[in-house]
Amino acid sequence: MKAVRVLIYLALIGLTVFYLLPVYVLFLTGLKSFAEADLLRMWNWPTQPSLASFAKAWEKLALNFMNSVYLVIPATLISSLIGSVNGYILSKWRFRGSEVLFSAILFGIFIPYQSILIPLVNFLQSVGLYGSIPGLVLVHVVYGIPITSLIFRNYYASIPVELVEAAKIDGASLFGIYRWVILPLSQPGFAVVAIWQFTQIWNDFLFAVTVTNKPAQQPITVALQNLAGSQIIEWNVQMAGALLAALPTLLVYVFLGRFFLRGLLAGALKG
Amino acid sequence: MAREERDPAHGAEVSRPAKRAASVPRRRDRARELRHRIEAGLPVLLITPSVLAVGIFVYGFISWTVYVSMTRWNDVLPDYTFVGLRNYVGLFQIPRFQADLRNTVVFTVLFLLGAVLLGFFAALLLDQRVKGEAFFRSVFLFPMAISFIVTGIAWQWLFNPQTGINLLLQQAGYAGPLPRWFTDPTIMFGVKVGAIQAGIPVALIPVVIAATWQLSGFTMAMYLAGLRGIPEELREAARVDGASEWQVYRHVVLPLLRPVTLGALIMLGHVSLKIFDLTVAMTGSGPGFATDMPAYFMFETTFRGNQFARGAAIAMLMLIMVAALIIPYLRYSLSREAEP
Repeated sequence: MKAVRVLIYLALIGLTVFYLLPVYVLFLTGLKSFAEADLLRMWNWPTQPSLASFAKAWEKLALNFMNSVYLVIPATLISSLIGSVNGYILSKWRFRGSEVLFSAILFGIFIPYQSILIPLVNFLQSVGLYGSIPGLVLVHVVYGIPITSLIFRNYYASIPVELVEAAKIDGASLFGIYRWVILPLSQPGFAVVAIWQFTQIWNDFLFAVTVTNKPAQQPITVALQNLAGSQIIEWNVQMAGALLAALPTLLVYVFLGRFFLRGLLAGALKG
Repeated sequence: MAREERDPAHGAEVSRPAKRAASVPRRRDRARELRHRIEAGLPVLLITPSVLAVGIFVYGFISWTVYVSMTRWNDVLPDYTFVGLRNYVGLFQIPRFQADLRNTVVFTVLFLLGAVLLGFFAALLLDQRVKGEAFFRSVFLFPMAISFIVTGIAWQWLFNPQTGINLLLQQAGYAGPLPRWFTDPTIMFGVKVGAIQAGIPVALIPVVIAATWQLSGFTMAMYLAGLRGIPEELREAARVDGASEWQVYRHVVLPLLRPVTLGALIMLGHVSLKIFDLTVAMTGSGPGFATDMPAYFMFETTFRGNQFARGAAIAMLMLIMVAALIIPYLRYSLSREAEP
C-alpha cells in the first residue's frame, strides 16, 4: 500500500515537471543575455541573471501591451453586462420561443470564426472601425454574447424562483427584480464571466490579426508573434516577451483560479 | 440542473382581479392594462439587441460567406459572378488542402487521445486523497490561462532540433540519430491518396504534445468534477460486494464518467478542428505542409492571397465539420436539460 502511495506522488511530481517545464524555459532564457541565449547552452543557468531582456521586451511590446489593456477592459465590462441581462431574461422571464432563441445564440459559441471573417472585415471597413481597438472591442462584445449569456443563464437558474415570485407579488417590476434581487446575488456570476472574457480576449489572436493591420494598433499576441518572425531571433527577448504577454492572465489565474475553473466547466458540463 | 417554473409573465395575468368595482375610474384600468402589456413585452424587447447582433454577425455573416464562396471573387476586387460549387470542387484538388484534411484528422485523433488519457490519469491521481491536491490541480490547469501564441513559442524552443529536448537527449548519452521533430517531413504509414501521402506526419507530433500540454488540464478538471460527483456510497457498496479497487473503477466509476468523456471530446474536438494560433506560432505550415491546418490555409488564402471566394469555401467546410460535431451534442444537452 505504501509503495502505491509513493508511486502516486512520483507520478504527480512527474506531471508537475511536465506542466512547468515550458514556463521554466521561458524564465531561464528570459534571464539571460543575448550572448548566452544560444542553442547549445539552453539548459544552463545564466552566469549573470538579469532582467535586461525583460526591459528590452517591454520596450518593444509596451505599446501593444497597452493596446490589449484598452481592448480587454471595455470589452470585458460591456460583454459581462450584456450577458447578465440576457441570462436574467433567458432564465427568469422565458417567453414563447425563448428556448429556441437560446439554442440559436448558443451555436455562436462554437462556430469557427473563419466563417464570418470576410463579411466582418468588410463591415468594419465600411463603418470605419477596421484596424482600430474600438473595432476589436465591438467584435469581442458581439461574439462574446453567446458565452456570457450561457454562463449567466445557468448561474441565474440556481437562484430560487420563489425569490423572484415573492418580489413580483410585492409589486416589483422586471427592472426592480433585477436591481434588488438578482444583481445583489450576481457577484460570483460576474466574476466567472469577467475572468472568462478577460482571458479569452487577452489571448485572442485570430480576430486581432485579421482586424488590425498596423503594428501600432495591434494587441500583444500579434506583436509577440511578429517578434518571433523577425530576422535575427533574440531568443532571450522573445521568451521574456512571451512571459510578459502571459503575465496578466496568469495573475488572474493565480488569484482568482476558482472562478476561472467554474467558467471553464460552465460551457461544458451543462451545455 | 434546476429548471424554474414556466413563464412568470402569465402569472401576473392570473393575479389581476377579474372584475373591478364600478366606482374605480376606467382610466386607471386602462393605464394598468397598458403597463401589463409593456411588461409582458419587456423581456422580448430587452433581448432583441442581442438577438439582432447574433442574427446579423453570426447567421447573416455566415450566409454572406456562403454566398462569397460561390462567386468568382478570387482577386482584390470583388467579383460576384455566381459559379456554384466550383470553389469547393477546386479546393479538394489542391494538394495543400488535401494535406490539411489529413492533418486535421490526425491531429484531432491524437490530441483527443492525449488530452483524455492524460487528463483522466491526472484526475485519478488527484482523487486518491493526496496532500497538496490544490497545488497540483492549479499546476495542471494553469496552461489553460495562457495564449496559444505563448505556448507555441515555448514549445518551439523545446522541440527545436538543435537544442531543447534533443540537447537533453544528447547529454543523457543518447547516441542514435536525433529526432527532427517539426522539421521532419516524414509521413508515417504513408499511403498515396490523391496528391498526398495519407498517414501520420511526424512533424505534427510536437504540435500534438503542445496542445495536450495546454488543454489536458481541462479534461482533468472535468474528470475530477465527475469523480467527485459519484457518491462514495456507490463505490462503498461495490467494495462490500467484494469488488477489488480495480473492479470498482472498471464497473462503477468508468461507466458513470461516460457523459464527461463525451463532453470533453466535443469541447476539445471543436477546438482542435479550428486550431490556428498554435500552429501559426509553433510551426507555420511545416515541411511539405506537414503541420498546415485549414484555419491557417483559410487565413493565408483570404487575407494574404486575396482569394476571397476560395477562403470562404475553406471557412464553410470548417463550419460544416464543427456543426456536424456540435449540433447533435447541443440537441442532446438541451433535451437532457429539459427533462425534469
